[in-house]
Amino acid sequence: MSKTELISVSLTLNGEHRSIEIAPQERLLDTLRYRLGLTGSKEGCGEGECGACTVYIDGLPANACLVLTVQVRGRALETIESVQVDDLGSMHVSGATQCGACTPGVVMTACWIKRHPELAKTHTLRELMAGNLCRCTGYDGIIEGIAGTDCAS
Amino acid sequence: MRRLEGISKLSGRERYVDDLPCDGALWGMTVRSPSPRGRIRSIEFGPGVEWSQFVVVDHRDIPGPNEVFLIERDQPVLASDYVRHMHEPILLIAHEDRAMCRAAVKQIRIIIDEQPAALDYRVLPASDQVQRGQDNVLKTLKIEKGDVEHALAEAAHVVEGVYETGAQEHIYIENQGMLAWVEQGVVVTQGSMQCPYYVVNALKHALARDESQVRVIQAPTGGGFGGKEDYPSHLALHAALLALKANRPVKMIYDRSEDMAATTKRHPAQVRHRTGFDASGKLVAQAIDVVMDGGAYVTLSPVVLSRGIIHAAGPYACDNVRIAGRAMLTNAVPFGAFRGFGAPQTLFALERHMDVCAETLGIDPIDLRRMNLIRDGQETATGQVINDGADRERVLDLATKHIELPERREQHATFNITHPFLRRGIGLAMFFHGAGFTGSGEVALQSRVRVAGLKDGRIEVLASSTEMGQGTLTVFTKIAAERLGIDPSQVLIATPDTARVPNSGPTVASRTSMVVGRLVERACDALLEQAGLSRDARGERVQQAIRAWHVAHPNAQLSSEATYERPPGVQWDDNTYRGDAYGTYAWAAYAAEVEVDLRTFTARVIDFVAVQDVGKVLHETLARGQIQGGVVQAIGWALLEECVWERGGMKNCQLTNYIIPTSDDVPPIRVYWMQTPYAHGAQGAKGIGELPMDGPGPAIANAIANAIGVEANVLPLTPERLMQMMDGAHV
Amino acid sequence: MLVQEPNSIPLAGATDVLVHWPAHLDAHAKTYLDLSGLDDLRHISWNQEALTLGARTTYWDVIQDEQCHQEFPLLQHAARQVGAVQIQSRGTWAGNIVNASPAADGVPVLMAYDAVVVLQSTAGTEEVPLNEFYMGYKQMRRRTDQLVVAIRLPRRSYAVQVFEKVGARRAQAITKVGLAMTRSSVGWRVVASAVAPTIRRCPSVERLLEQDAPVCSPDDLAEAFATDTQPIDDIRSTSAYRARVLARVAFHALQSQAPGRS
Repeated sequence: MSKTELISVSLTLNGEHRSIEIAPQERLLDTLRYRLGLTGSKEGCGEGECGACTVYIDGLPANACLVLTVQVRGRALETIESVQVDDLGSMHVSGATQCGACTPGVVMTACWIKRHPELAKTHTLRELMAGNLCRCTGYDGIIEGIAGTDCAS
Repeated sequence: MRRLEGISKLSGRERYVDDLPCDGALWGMTVRSPSPRGRIRSIEFGPGVEWSQFVVVDHRDIPGPNEVFLIERDQPVLASDYVRHMHEPILLIAHEDRAMCRAAVKQIRIIIDEQPAALDYRVLPASDQVQRGQDNVLKTLKIEKGDVEHALAEAAHVVEGVYETGAQEHIYIENQGMLAWVEQGVVVTQGSMQCPYYVVNALKHALARDESQVRVIQAPTGGGFGGKEDYPSHLALHAALLALKANRPVKMIYDRSEDMAATTKRHPAQVRHRTGFDASGKLVAQAIDVVMDGGAYVTLSPVVLSRGIIHAAGPYACDNVRIAGRAMLTNAVPFGAFRGFGAPQTLFALERHMDVCAETLGIDPIDLRRMNLIRDGQETATGQVINDGADRERVLDLATKHIELPERREQHATFNITHPFLRRGIGLAMFFHGAGFTGSGEVALQSRVRVAGLKDGRIEVLASSTEMGQGTLTVFTKIAAERLGIDPSQVLIATPDTARVPNSGPTVASRTSMVVGRLVERACDALLEQAGLSRDARGERVQQAIRAWHVAHPNAQLSSEATYERPPGVQWDDNTYRGDAYGTYAWAAYAAEVEVDLRTFTARVIDFVAVQDVGKVLHETLARGQIQGGVVQAIGWALLEECVWERGGMKNCQLTNYIIPTSDDVPPIRVYWMQTPYAHGAQGAKGIGELPMDGPGPAIANAIANAIGVEANVLPLTPERLMQMMDGAHV
Repeated sequence: MLVQEPNSIPLAGATDVLVHWPAHLDAHAKTYLDLSGLDDLRHISWNQEALTLGARTTYWDVIQDEQCHQEFPLLQHAARQVGAVQIQSRGTWAGNIVNASPAADGVPVLMAYDAVVVLQSTAGTEEVPLNEFYMGYKQMRRRTDQLVVAIRLPRRSYAVQVFEKVGARRAQAITKVGLAMTRSSVGWRVVASAVAPTIRRCPSVERLLEQDAPVCSPDDLAEAFATDTQPIDDIRSTSAYRARVLARVAFHALQSQAPGRS
């Protein structure tokens, strides 16, 4: 195996226009964590099951482990690093985090749900959160926290 | 008070081992056995790889004994010429490019001359499968009280049953990971772990170093559940060996598949009950046989078996009890610690069996339990006299009340004859969990906690107890702040770094709040004396005194230590297994309502009530989170989580194929407390973390039996298994 | 591109291809053709006769579409059971078709709605009924120079519409047994998933229903399903379970949706 040549990709990352050099086969999660030092997104499974790497691509939650970075060129990307601490109050109170490994992904999905109150008409919170596996809380702390979350849009 | 590190975790700023910057580090990876048992004939390094660019470590690079230091020393750090299980580590390689390292691992071929593997712990091994003693038995233990055979012969009813539980994978969301480097001659490892001093002991032993030449730092740990009790010792040794050879920092981070394949799981177990009752339904004899699969090395199996058999007779009074426990060597990946530590297996058998007995005797299962519940002044199976003032009957009553037992039984009777394919049922389990190390374990540990008074008047708590999600940081802060009457913001908790913190024992066995928390209180008391205050001094006075002490003693350190002391009256005999197995027990009754879909044979929990007396609840949100999380983990074990085995290795090593519950698979878990204080726990607390793993399995199985009339005696009750069970019953 | 590099693999959402990607990088040393930039391929369009989904149209796009919900409710049923939101937002209907998993969730409902796969190449456009698209396990009627550009579903009114997914848990599960059934003016469509090398229609079951044969218990369907499917034992389930459950799920669906039948 030899090292591949890097290519340049432009995108909007957490509201900022960025141009980054990446390997063509690079997963978005690896670009974020190892190239850009944005370690908030976690790798729990590498197969799109656990949701610990949840980011938004053009405003929709996606697993960063199942996206090639080249696929987000020109798109708007948001990561846990863009979430404001002020938005976390209710989840802090409810016990939504324990070990914290699933938490950034949980928070990303939670804040997205909060930005889209219309989802409550068609979906339950438990269905919407099913893409974020948590092994500590049993989910009650998370569900309660979202019900009261103050995530702004 | 909120979780101390809560915002840091919620905002993604908490830095776990894979998030730590580590300039110049190599990526380390493991080459593993492709076979469950045999002699290593050769190791072939494939073509097309520049092997000179790699650091390669094998057993010959181990400076000390090739042994992982634990209860016994039968497990090598790296297999030298013989392998005893699939995925056993043989070689370590490191390279600065992770992808190249990954690709290179696949280019190394291990050729094994295979020998017959023992793969079923329930049957005696054939002669060519024997690898330990005459019969592959790793450990036997026995508890005996009264005359069981006589009592069974005299009993009005004797009920027998066989119960089985499968392995369970921890699925902490953060996989195992470790950094290692050498700093001025000291080997330093930093990573995800529950027990820093276990890692210290392992490094000292195999690297032939004294304690001053090794240092272990816990990184924020993304879940443990027992899975990071002993395994991090292996990983730290591997990373350290690579770092020593490469003379560069080394980072080892398992991906999910490797973590699931190579690390420990809950012991599979088979438990047989033969139980005698008198004509009124009173327990007169319990004969219990417990067999566990230990896997290929001893690891923690003797102590898992110990806790398992001590809990096997349950929270009931019975004069004649015999419990025989056996852990078997097989060529499976070694089984290890997992929340509950043997008790969930034996309590599943017991509490499922109680329902079977109730049905045989024609007594309501709640009444049968109530009639036999241990009362103050009565003895457990080991002869421990229970006298804690806890109202166990009320625990049971509250569970039936909150699940609305009579009302729902009535509703179900109608529902079950009218619905085309759904059937509902309710089940209950009554149980207990001993907190802290078993028997003389706490005395042997001699745990220590240090509390320092800092120049600015703040307090620092130094302990090796780790935060892995359960709330150690918050609870220790709260205990120290309340003991000294100061604001929690004035308390610091030291990072578990063995260069700084004393050994307060491992973070296991539901011991942190109760045992180590109590040491925090006592160290705080000692600090007051040290600062020239009386023991009842509180608040600003304390902080003033600390500041004044520093003015009077420039360049000196103000700190005090507390060491574990056996509570008065507690006695245990390791040889006879008689006496006070635990300082105290938490008591609980859990009730589950299930719905079984006869189209798909799928059972689902639709309501769950957890009532427990855990002594004083130190932090309601954290404590509730422990119960809810434990219950859901146990729901997974009961209904969804099945390790599929192939040659003693786990075949379904992916989260798509090993199924844990999502938010949509479980109902809200309703938690209720009783709080009978325990005099020797911090603020009156008892252990809490493991308790919720014990009850859901039997409560759910009983509910399924109630709903569809099958003998739900095996976990997990997957749809495929339920279908087979139902084929035996008319539905 | 597909002409120049005939073995390259078009990528839409990539949620299947990227699974365990780093561990299999060597196996993935192929040419991939990323379609992310082709926004023209992402649409939900209607005409008199048909609904057309673009090749890059995601599950989430359909979940959000009110008219899809009205006319093709099974699309939403199925879409909501693909992974979770994070997958629904990226995964595409066309990708589901060409990934050709026997356990796919999007394909059964498309097939039950008589979907047609629209393939395009420099040579022109070809249309293949989804029902005839698969030739065997992962074998498709798609030439390497062809790209799936759209999926077309005829607009009809349906008397029966059923989708049942049986997975190991309620959400985020790979299908162990799947069933889609419709009844319209053109007759019954019964499609089974995860019980054969490809997702397929079940002609014997359809015939039985067309003949209005009495179906009084799951056993009355089991034999026909056994003719139409070959369930296997694998890491996720057993052939016995799959066979039993398929018949039971179908039976109870008929009981509730078509109670007038016999």
